[in-house]
Amino acid sequence: MPKITYIEHDGTVHNVDADVGTTVMNAALDNLVPGIDADCGGECSCATCHVMVAEEWMPTVGQPSEAEESMLDLNPERQSNSRLSCQIPVSEQVDGLVVQLPEFQF
Amino acid sequence: MAEATQPLMIDVDPTTVPLQDIDVSQRELWEENKKYPFFKRLRDEAPVHYCKDSEFGPYWSVTRYEDIMEVEQNWDAFSSDPTIVIQDPEEDFELPMFIAMDPPKHDEQRKTVQGVVAPANLKNLEGTIRSRVQDILDSLPIGETFNWVEKVSIELTTQMLATLFDFPFEDRHKLTRWSDVATGGPETGIVESEEQRREELYECLAYFQRLWAEREETQGGNDLISMLAHSEATKDMDPQEFLGNLVLLIVGGNDTTRNSITGGVLALNENPGEYSKLRNDPSVIPNMVSEIIRWVTPLAHMRRTVIKDYVLGGQQIKAGDKVVMWYASGNRDERAIERPDEFMIDRARARQHLSFGFGIHRCMGNRLGEMQLRVLWEEIQKRFHMVEVVGDPVRVPSNFVHGFTELPVRLHPL
Repeated sequence: MPKITYIEHDGTVHNVDADVGTTVMNAALDNLVPGIDADCGGECSCATCHVMVAEEWMPTVGQPSEAEESMLDLNPERQSNSRLSCQIPVSEQVDGLVVQLPEFQF
Repeated sequence: MAEATQPLMIDVDPTTVPLQDIDVSQRELWEENKKYPFFKRLRDEAPVHYCKDSEFGPYWSVTRYEDIMEVEQNWDAFSSDPTIVIQDPEEDFELPMFIAMDPPKHDEQRKTVQGVVAPANLKNLEGTIRSRVQDILDSLPIGETFNWVEKVSIELTTQMLATLFDFPFEDRHKLTRWSDVATGGPETGIVESEEQRREELYECLAYFQRLWAEREETQGGNDLISMLAHSEATKDMDPQEFLGNLVLLIVGGNDTTRNSITGGVLALNENPGEYSKLRNDPSVIPNMVSEIIRWVTPLAHMRRTVIKDYVLGGQQIKAGDKVVMWYASGNRDERAIERPDEFMIDRARARQHLSFGFGIHRCMGNRLGEMQLRVLWEEIQKRFHMVEVVGDPVRVPSNFVHGFTELPVRLHPL
C-alpha cells in the first residue's frame, strides 16, 4: 500500500496507508486527516481539498488540468505547488508522497 | 402570460398534474412553501424538465443533484451571461456584475474582491463578529414576542456588510433597503414601481461613488470599496457595472445569511429532538451550520443560458435556452443525500450540499456566512434555553430569495 504523508499547517504529521485507485483526498478522509473539507465530494468543483505538494514530488504528481487550474486560480492562497487532492490518484508511483495542508480551505 | 396556459400550481395536485403543466417558478408556490412535492415529482419523472411558458418565459428545470453539478462544471456551454436569475434583465437597465460573467473577466473581477472574505482575513474578523452578535443578543426583549428577522437576522447581516464595506455605521440600514430593492420588483410590494426601484438603486450608486472618491485617494484600505477602487481589473468600471457589482456584494452578503439565520431557528423548533441534541452538545454547531444552510437553501436557484447545444439527462437543450438549476430541489435529492427531508444537525458529510453552488461561480462568501452562523449559535446557546417560534413565518414571494420576512419568537433565557 502506498504511504502518503499529510502535514497540517501547525506541523502535525499524519502518515496514511492509502489504497491504490483512491485519491489523495479520499485517503485523507478515510483516515480522518483533518483540514480537507471536500465539499463537492471529489468533483474538482469546490477547491476545498487544496494541498501543497512537496517540491520533490511535483515532477511525479504533475501539473493541474485545465478544469483544476480554473478552480485553483480563484484561490487566494494558491502556491506554485498547489493541487486539488481529489485530482491526484493514488498509485505505486506516489508511494511516499508528502503534501502540506493549507491553514484554511476556501 | 403564465395564466393563459399554465394552471396555478397551488391549486393542483402535485402527484397527478400533467408533467407538461408543471411550473415551479410561480411565486405563490414559494410564498406558501408548497414547492417540494412538485420538485420530488420532477426529480422522479422528469429531472430535466421543460416548462413551455411561465411569467419568465420558457425554461428548463434541472432538479437532481448530479445534473446540477454537471451544469455547474460546464460553464463553456452554460453561460452566466447576461444574468443568473430566471427573470431576464431589463433591456434599458443592465447591471453587469461578475457573477453574471464568464471567464476571463469573471475571474479577474472576482479575484479583486475575494480576499476580503478569504479565511485569512476572516480570522481577524471573528472578534468583531462575536462582539456584535453579543450586543445584538443582549439587547433583545425578554418575555415578549418579537420578529426575529428584523431584530437579529437583518441586524447582524447588515452590521457585517457595513464592516466589509467600511460603510458609515449610522447609515447601515440603507444597505438593507438597497438589498431588498435590488432583488424585489413592484410585484413583491417592496417598491411601488420599477421607476422607484431604479431611483433608489441610483441613490445607492451615488452614495457609493462618494465613498469610492474618498477611498481612491488613500492607499491600503482593505475594505471592499478600496479594493475595487485600486485594482486594475475594476478601477475603470463604468457606473452601471459598479452598481451591478455593489448589488452583487450587498445581496450576496445580506439576503443569504439573513435567511439561514431565520431558517435555522424555525428548523430547530420544528425538530425538537434536534434542538435537544444542540443543547446537549454545542460542539455540533459547525456541522449544524452546514445542515441549516442545506435545509434553508437561501438562494433557491441559479440560472444559466445555453451557448452551445448540449444533451443533459437525455434531453436535447439548444443554444439560447434558459436553464434553471433548482438548488432547493437538488438539496432534497434522495439520490445524493440520505434522508434529505429530515433536518439532522449531526448529519454525516453535511458540507456536501448545493447551497453555495459549485465550480467557478461557487459562493465566495461561504466561509464568512458559516462563521456568522457559527458564532451566532455559540452565543445563543450561552444565553437562551430556547428561541421559541410562537407564530407562523411569513415567506418571501420569490423563487430566488428563499426566505422569510417575519418569524415571531419569544426567548427563554437559561
